[in-house]
Amino acid sequence: MYNFEFEKPSTIADAVAALGDEDAQALGGGQTLIPTLKQRLAAPSVLVSLSGIAEMKGVCVDDDGSVSIGGATTHATVANEAASSYPALAALAGQIGDPAVRNRGTIGGSIANNDPAACYPAGALGSGATIITNTRQIAADDFFDGMFSTALDEGEIITTVRFPVPQAASYQKFLQPASRFALVGVYLARFADGVRVAVTGAGEDGVFRWTEAEEALNKEFRADALMDLRINPANMIADLHGSKEYRAHLVGVMTKRAVEACL
Amino acid sequence: MTQVSMTVNGKSVSGDVEGRTLLSSFLRDNLHLTGTHVGCDTAQCGACVVHVNGEAVKSCNMLALEADGADVGTIEGQANDDGSLNVIQQAFQDHHGLQCGFCTPGMVMSAAALLKENPRPTEAEIRKYLEGNLCRCTGYHNIVKAIMAASGQDVSSIAAE
Repeated sequence: MYNFEFEKPSTIADAVAALGDEDAQALGGGQTLIPTLKQRLAAPSVLVSLSGIAEMKGVCVDDDGSVSIGGATTHATVANEAASSYPALAALAGQIGDPAVRNRGTIGGSIANNDPAACYPAGALGSGATIITNTRQIAADDFFDGMFSTALDEGEIITTVRFPVPQAASYQKFLQPASRFALVGVYLARFADGVRVAVTGAGEDGVFRWTEAEEALNKEFRADALMDLRINPANMIADLHGSKEYRAHLVGVMTKRAVEACL
Repeated sequence: MTQVSMTVNGKSVSGDVEGRTLLSSFLRDNLHLTGTHVGCDTAQCGACVVHVNGEAVKSCNMLALEADGADVGTIEGQANDDGSLNVIQQAFQDHHGLQCGFCTPGMVMSAAALLKENPRPTEAEIRKYLEGNLCRCTGYHNIVKAIMAASGQDVSSIAAE
């Protein structure tokens, strides 16, 4: 890996200032970024660690019942501390990577990276979360911009992710056991005003909402409501682990399982 | 170069490192604690697992400067004070939980982290917890058996395979 200067500010304001340097890059838990640096696929001049910022850590329940998670909160902490307030999201966090990865990787890092097979983008989009940065609030529907691309500007930091808590929710992950990412993952959340279905691991443009399934489930919330729905394989990812058709099929299977888990 | 200081196996240590120096490199190259193995260097295999403030982490995927001020535990600190093997290490020996031994430091460190949070894990829980530790020799069976034995559970019904 190319060398860089390392900074570890203790406040959001100091982190924002440090990220003002040209070619500066934020470091969450580093579980994706450090391997990327080793491959020399990134060459920041300054790496700004967000792990020393206490105000960006932890899980809390807001007055309106929504769950707010600091951007620098690890997956292991979410798995433990959100278990009672938002069990489906805690279950998602507990399925990321392996225990040692979950002790370092963070929700902000995962969402900012927007890996097309990562779990958190599905949880955020499926929940209709709000991504809160140092400058603004962005609805998940407007945040995920395509594979490894988001609405974040240069130097913008995810400080908090706020999740409205649905009546029922389930994350169904078809594990790709070597990478531990989702071959296909479906996050389904049922709110009083409708169902949201977010799919990761499948779309060529990264996480997406399966709106046809949402419409069918809004009419009738049972797995059979999806029986005649087929997702178009044309826009699916194909790689050595699965063809477009295979992933399209899995989207249907995992969505049905998510419905059944919510009943 | 930047100075980094931490506690490793109960001793205060410090050294000069670059921004890019990995925790695994600091342990092995600066402190000569070569029990922490670097297998894949891509955070897949878990041979480099150490404890940072009590939590298992992959030291090849963490910068040394991120561990500044931390309490780090490595395989070298696992033995009992009199130098005898601790209960997990002894169980690995008793139940033939290793062959070539390359993955063993990471396996022992992960096992210690597991037993701290779950003192009597089921076989399934052990296998799940070890998902990030790869062994290419044993087929895992005796590793799982050793960890069950280290947690004080009867393993006589688990056949050797």
